[in-house]
Amino acid sequence: MEYKNQKVVIIDYGMGNIGSIDNMLKYLGVKAIISSEPNVILDADKIILPGVGHFDRAMTNIKELGLMDVLKEMALVKKKPFLGICLGMQIMCESSEEGTLPGLSFINAEVKKFDFGTDSKLKVPHMGWNKIHVNKESDILEGLDDDSRFYFVHSYFVKCQNEIDILTKTTYGFDFVSSFQVDNLIGAQFHPEKSHRFGVTLFKNFLEKY
Amino acid sequence: MLRTRIIPILLLNDGGLVKTVKFSKDRYIGDPINAVRIFNKKEVDELVLLDIGASRNGTSPNFTEIKEIVSEAFMPVGYGGGISKMEHIEQLFNIGVEKVILNSVIFENKELIEEAIKIYGSQSIVASIDVKKDIWGSYKIYSNSGKKKQNISLDSCIRLIQEIGFGELVINNIDKDGTMQGYDLDLIGKVTAMLDIPVVSVGGAGTITDFIKAIKAGVSAVAAGSMFVFQGVHRAVLISYITADQLEQELKE
Repeated sequence: MEYKNQKVVIIDYGMGNIGSIDNMLKYLGVKAIISSEPNVILDADKIILPGVGHFDRAMTNIKELGLMDVLKEMALVKKKPFLGICLGMQIMCESSEEGTLPGLSFINAEVKKFDFGTDSKLKVPHMGWNKIHVNKESDILEGLDDDSRFYFVHSYFVKCQNEIDILTKTTYGFDFVSSFQVDNLIGAQFHPEKSHRFGVTLFKNFLEKY
Repeated sequence: MLRTRIIPILLLNDGGLVKTVKFSKDRYIGDPINAVRIFNKKEVDELVLLDIGASRNGTSPNFTEIKEIVSEAFMPVGYGGGISKMEHIEQLFNIGVEKVILNSVIFENKELIEEAIKIYGSQSIVASIDVKKDIWGSYKIYSNSGKKKQNISLDSCIRLIQEIGFGELVINNIDKDGTMQGYDLDLIGKVTAMLDIPVVSVGGAGTITDFIKAIKAGVSAVAAGSMFVFQGVHRAVLISYITADQLEQELKE
């Protein structure tokens, strides 16, 4: 299928940065559907789950919109290509130190807080451009390598149970998981929609290769 | 390793791109969309848009214009100017702005900011403080693009920023704006020592050496206006950029 005709749904659950992702997809020739309607989401070819803000608020919104089962169906049963970005990636995990609610639990991982102590020169949030270290080969990373840089802004990071799930790591005080992939499920801690040609490459791979 | 962010600041007024000296003498320098396209090609780390017209006059942000600019920008964009309501903030995030930059509202409605931080997270809510030394050499705080003097000391103002819970601070010395003679390093040193959050310096950058001095004084990111839009002693309009790689090279030497 010509990738420009596919139905890409950006989940609109009141958690920010939708405009930037929509702009990026438009640039790549895809007219994305921004929606919180279960029927529209269930009809999607691909799902993008964005998110900026608080973990529990995100999970509460998803529950209130009746999207828990819908997202599970698309991610785990229909196995549609599913890209979580920033908080969207974090809520694909089981739990977070930011909140008390369980996550979507698509991935065997938990979310932890950066804590370097007050003496450290390292500020939280981790904000700015940083590099990725490729941990495993994947179509989503085609054209990207250890010199590729992405824009990050986050105070919490993902800790995967299984090393094999880790797609890339990034160094900030220590190596944390900057992206993961388990089959059709992909999560990126960075913001590819705001990462120049590196982000363009990642989105293009997501549209073309899945 | 996190790279030091280098941020061009573009001033908007009445739909055009302008540059000021000491917050006045607006000079029209071109079309903002065109400038953003060039900065996009140069892969700048981040971009800041400040609508000084909206700020001076207290008018609402021009969402149509901002949307048009942001749709061309594949880097994080911060916007400031005329933001006074939650609907403004919501609308800005919806059209693809990553950070909202607040100044006047800090002194008028801090509850609004605290609420916005709860919803959107502190990383996307940025404070901007403009200062100017009085004739006795003590710092005074100004809002509304330098139009209105606030009755608060610099120390109290910085404590207020911390207390509200902002994720970042942009600090500017009005008397350095547009001079390209270097940042106010005393101010930067004082402010960064008081704050845990990232501080961005603006006002006065003319060379890469100015960036290095500011980084050594404690900032997390450096911003500049004139340096990235003017060229040569006659200040011909020419958009340029210094990459983090160039900066790192200089830092090593």
